[in-house]
Order: sequence, then structure tokens, then C-alpha cells
Amino acid sequence: MKIPDLTELALRNLRESVLRNSLTTVGISVGVASLVAMLSLGTGLQQLLSQRLAKSGLFDTVFVSSRRDLRGMGREEERKGPTPGESRILDEPARQEMERLPNVSEAYPDIRFATELRYEDEPHLTMISALPPSAKTNDAFDGMQGNFFSSDTGAEVILQKSFAEELLGKTPPLGAPEPGVAELARPLLGKELVMRYAQRQAAPSTQPPLRSSAADDGVDGAAYSVVSREQKLRIVGVSDLDPETMRGPTRAKVFLPLGLAESLHIMQPTDLREISRAATDQPVYSSVSVRVKNPAQVQVVEDAIKKMGFNTFSILDASNSLRQVFRVLYAFLGIFGSLALTVASIGIVNTLVMAILERRREIGIMKAIGASDGDIKKLFFAEAGAMGILGGIVGVVLGWAIGQIINFGTNIWLKSQSLPPEHFWLVPLWLVVFSIVFAFLVSLVSGLYPAARAARLDPVQALRYE
Amino acid sequence: MTTAPAVASARGTLAVRIENLCRYYRMGETVIRAVDGVSVEIRAGEFVALLGSSGSGKSSVLNLIAGLDRPTSGNVVVQDRDLAKLSREELAKYRLHVVGMVFQSFNLIASMTLAENVELPLRFAEVDRSQRANLAREALERVGLRARMNHRPSELSGGEQQRAALARALINRPQLLLADEPTGNLDSHTGTEIMDMVREFNRDLGMTVVMVTHERALAERYAQRMIFLADGKLIDDRTNNDRANHERPNVPSAVDRLE
Repeated sequence: MKIPDLTELALRNLRESVLRNSLTTVGISVGVASLVAMLSLGTGLQQLLSQRLAKSGLFDTVFVSSRRDLRGMGREEERKGPTPGESRILDEPARQEMERLPNVSEAYPDIRFATELRYEDEPHLTMISALPPSAKTNDAFDGMQGNFFSSDTGAEVILQKSFAEELLGKTPPLGAPEPGVAELARPLLGKELVMRYAQRQAAPSTQPPLRSSAADDGVDGAAYSVVSREQKLRIVGVSDLDPETMRGPTRAKVFLPLGLAESLHIMQPTDLREISRAATDQPVYSSVSVRVKNPAQVQVVEDAIKKMGFNTFSILDASNSLRQVFRVLYAFLGIFGSLALTVASIGIVNTLVMAILERRREIGIMKAIGASDGDIKKLFFAEAGAMGILGGIVGVVLGWAIGQIINFGTNIWLKSQSLPPEHFWLVPLWLVVFSIVFAFLVSLVSGLYPAARAARLDPVQALRYE
Repeated sequence: MTTAPAVASARGTLAVRIENLCRYYRMGETVIRAVDGVSVEIRAGEFVALLGSSGSGKSSVLNLIAGLDRPTSGNVVVQDRDLAKLSREELAKYRLHVVGMVFQSFNLIASMTLAENVELPLRFAEVDRSQRANLAREALERVGLRARMNHRPSELSGGEQQRAALARALINRPQLLLADEPTGNLDSHTGTEIMDMVREFNRDLGMTVVMVTHERALAERYAQRMIFLADGKLIDDRTNNDRANHERPNVPSAVDRLE
């Protein structure tokens, strides 16, 4: 029989005992719905978490430091690699080289220094850190008042909340409730600060370098001078973030745009260590953050940077075990979701076996007028498959609806806790297609036995049966 | 698609050859010999009645000719096809294209309209949809049911249902029409109507007809040849022309005793 004929006959047969077949189909729908609900919860949670992690910049960042840096002593690769004195300097060419590596979205130096800021002629000593433009998407600045830097070189500054409190003289006593960010930001936004800093200047080199062994890094050994300078900065934002919980560059109370910070040639603590050999205009960095386009490629990038001769550090291991956790979670959700579908597939077997008993005579007639075993088998398969597809479609819609309702309910709760709404329930297209195909396949498998049994039916017996 | 009907020129050639046909059933310890060594030859275009009391094995013989059942031993050869040697698939094809069947209980599918019932064999034969509708209409026209083609069997009288069953048997233009007590559920008037139609198919379309019946009068009136069975054995085989020369036994078993 041709497929359109089969489909037509199958649908007709399903309509004939509409109650029984709809109940069976509802069974499949519930099975599929539970599968969809479970897996979409898993997908949604994973997406939510990986978005969070990507935004936090923890999992897609490789922290690079020079092997000359003795702070990380005792690490495995340092003991194996070249001695600190021989290894490469973390300078601008090295940074550019890292940025050119495949899968790297940016590589920016971590600039940090302590200095004095004057606000309304009152000096305040604090730690300042530079932020790349990409930090704008970092969720550390989600709760910020005001705006992010208008440009990478703008003479602007973002304050951390506790520094804002300090400027306003509103530091609350320990244990007292903190003033809100908005309240702190209002008097400060748009105001000016004066930053005093030490600028590093290359000394005019009138004589050739004394050292002749400069071939290793190409940096001229010379001296530089330090000049005291001032820079006016406009307050554009006050951030809510807690510096103690954040990593590298955000562990500061005042933030500058990276471009501005670089152009100022601010003297940094590490410069003192490099004094013996680096004294050109070329900046030397204590550490560089390399952001990878996709957390999955962190390992590759890390290896490439290690080959360049630097120390690296990333939270790759943590993200690996997180993926493992999700794989297990997925398997669990999938198994629980499939359980209902398994029960539903038994329903299909039951319905079809009943249908054979009921339609014994009909099967006999069909065989007597020329239906082959294959025709009968295909007809029962088509009925099972049609129930599977129908159940699958209804189930996906049902599963999606359940997800929406739970999502909605949770968001109401989140709102009541004054937390931002989350979309942790996600039904991706692959899950829709997969669920319907899976339901179809499960029902075909369920149809195997009834179909074979119907095909084997002896027509003489079937026609005698009243 | 369908084979052309046996035309008049083929008349007289061998249509069905049954050789020493046996069909035994096992019922627990006992073996029931439903058909026990029957040999018969049926020529193309013949109208043969298989007569006998219930349990004589006449329906079993018909099922074996129809390819619905397989013999325990012996052969059924229909137009050079040895049915015993055909696969299940080939037997289905044989039933589809060579044989048309009508039954005592009509055996129409209740959930389908007459038109759908009649065109069902064409679905199995994978005939195109448009062609199917035309053929079904034609067949129903032939049995005078064109106006009722969209009715379900339950909305029709017994005679009408049997006519629809005849149309279905006719649709694939089979060479062999097998009828199992076709008038058994009908009153005598409707029965005659159906039998007239069967005779018409036999005469006009050249179909070979094998009809199982226990009504001797019906057989005498329509069949050219009568084959008597009792206890699975053939006990008499006579053409209707010489029936006057024979003494009429009341029951076939009486004939058995005479032989």
C-alpha cells in the first residue's frame, strides 16, 4: 500500500475508536511533555549558568603573567620551564601576539596602582584599576548607577560604592545598613576628581646600553625618570559591586578606562622590578588578561600562551567539572522524563493488541481480498506512528506550556524577592524535533509486536470468528 | 494493475486442477480430515457448485483454492500456479489479482462506505486514487448501487450488501470468482437476484465460478456442474445436463453409500 493510503486508513481506524486512541495519545503526550519539561529545565539552567559565567569573565579568561614574576613560585610549569631570568618579558609586543592567537577576542593588560585622588580638595588614597571596554558587558556592573565610560580614552571614572561613601563622608558604622547606590550616586555623578599619579618617562639615552646581552628580549637597558602629574576625571558611574568577591582588575575601588590608563604611562609597582632592563616607551605589564571567544577553547589558548613562555592561569578545571555535573543532570532529567514515555508506550501496545482482537474479522477480510502480511503490518505501524507523532506534537506544546507556567510563577516569586526575572526554561528547536521524532520511534517500537501479530493472523480463522 | 478477465477464447482451458488434496487439522490428540484426497479439474468459464452438508469440507476446499489456507498434502494448481509453492507474499498477490471472493456474511468493512469497501483491493494493488474512484463507481454501477456508494454497509439491506461485496470481488477483474454460501443470509427473492448477477459475471465476463452451497436447488438452477463432498471426500461429480438421468439422493452420504 502507498503511504498516503496507509495514513488515511490509519487515521480512519484511529477515529473509529476515538476515545481509546485519544487516551493512548494523551498518555504519549504526557510522556513527551515530561521529557520536554525535564530537558528544557536542564537546557535552560545550563544556558542561564553559562551565560552568567561567561559574563563574569571567569571562565573565558586566561590570566597571563611573566615567568620573571616570582610571586607564583613553586608551580609545576615554572620548575620545568626556563629559569625566571631567561624567560620573556610581558610587554606590548607579547600582548599583541596573544591577541592575534586564534579564538582570542582580546588581550588587555591589568593595570593597577595606588594613588591619591582629590575630591573637593580632600585627598583620598586608594587602589585604582583600569577596565577594558568589554567590561561593559560584565555583569559586575549590572547594578551600577550612571553610565559606563563613554569612550576608552575618556577622562572618566567609575567609583566603587564604598569609595563613594568615603568621598561623601557617609561611611556607615559596622553593622549599620548600607546606604543605597542611587542615594550615593546622586551627589557624585558628573562631579570632578583630580588624580595625582607618577608618570614614567624614558630618559633621553645619550649613550649606548652598557649591557650587550640584550638580545634575549630586545629591550634596551636604560634608565627612566618619574614625573608627578595630575589628571582631572569626571565621575560617570557608581558601582554596586563588592570588590572583595571579584577577581583581578575589579579588586579596586576606582576604575579608569584602559585606553586612558595606558596613555598616561602610570608608574606601576612592577616597573621597579623591571628597572634593570626595561626603560623604553614600551610598557611592561605585570599581568595580562586574555579573553577567549568560547570557554571551550580556553585550554587551547592557554597552551598556546604557555608555549610563548608565560605563566597562565584559568578556572578551566572548575568549568570542566561543571560541564560534567550538567551531563549527569541531563542524564537524570532525561531518564525521569523518559519513564512516563515508557509507560505510554506500553499503552500503545495495549491499545493496538485490543484493536487486533476487535478488528480480527476486518484483518481477515483484508487478507481475503488481497492484503499481504506487509500491508497489514504497515497499517498497524502507521496507526502506532500516527499516535506517536500526534502525541509528540501535543506533548511538546504541553511541555512548553508547563515550562512557561512554572517560569511565570517563579518570576512572580523572584519579583516578590525583588530579584531580576530569569528565563531558566528553554525549549530549543532541537528538543522539539528530538521529542517528536523520539515519540514517533518509541511508538513504532511499541507497534512492532502488535503489527507482527496482526500480520500473522490466519485469515480462515479470522473470518470464521464472529 | 489488474489482469484482463478470462475472455471467451480461454473458455474450456484448465482453470483449476486439484490433485489428491488433503487438509488435516489437529484438535488436541485427534486429527480432523477436513479435506481427504480430493482430485478435481475445473475448466475456465465453468460454473461449479460444491455441495455437501456442514462439515463435509466444501468450505475448506474453497479456502484452499482461494489461497487463504495451505494444504497438508496434494496440490492446487490455478492457471499453472502451484499454490503450495507460492510464498505468503505471492499468495497475497494471487488473491488480489486472480481471485474474487464473496461470503455468506458479506464481510464488508463496517467503518467504510460502499465506495471505499469496493476500492479497497485497488489500494492493496496500489492503483492511483483517481483511477480507483472511477473503477469503484463503475463496479457499483454494474450491481446497481451507484446511488448508495456513500452509504455505510449498516445502512443497507442484506441483498444490497451482498451486491456491494460482488462489486468488490469484481473490481480487480479476477478470472476466478469464489462464493461461499452467497445466499445463505438472504431470503429467496434476494438470493435469486444475487445468483442472477453471479451467472451474468460467469456468462458475460467469462469468469470461472466456484460456489459452495448446501442448497441443492440453487446449484441445479445455476451451476453447470455439481461436485458433492462428504467427510472431506469427493463422492459425486456431475454436469447439470445429465442430472435427469441420475437418481436424486436426498443427502450426499446416500450417494456415498451407493458408490
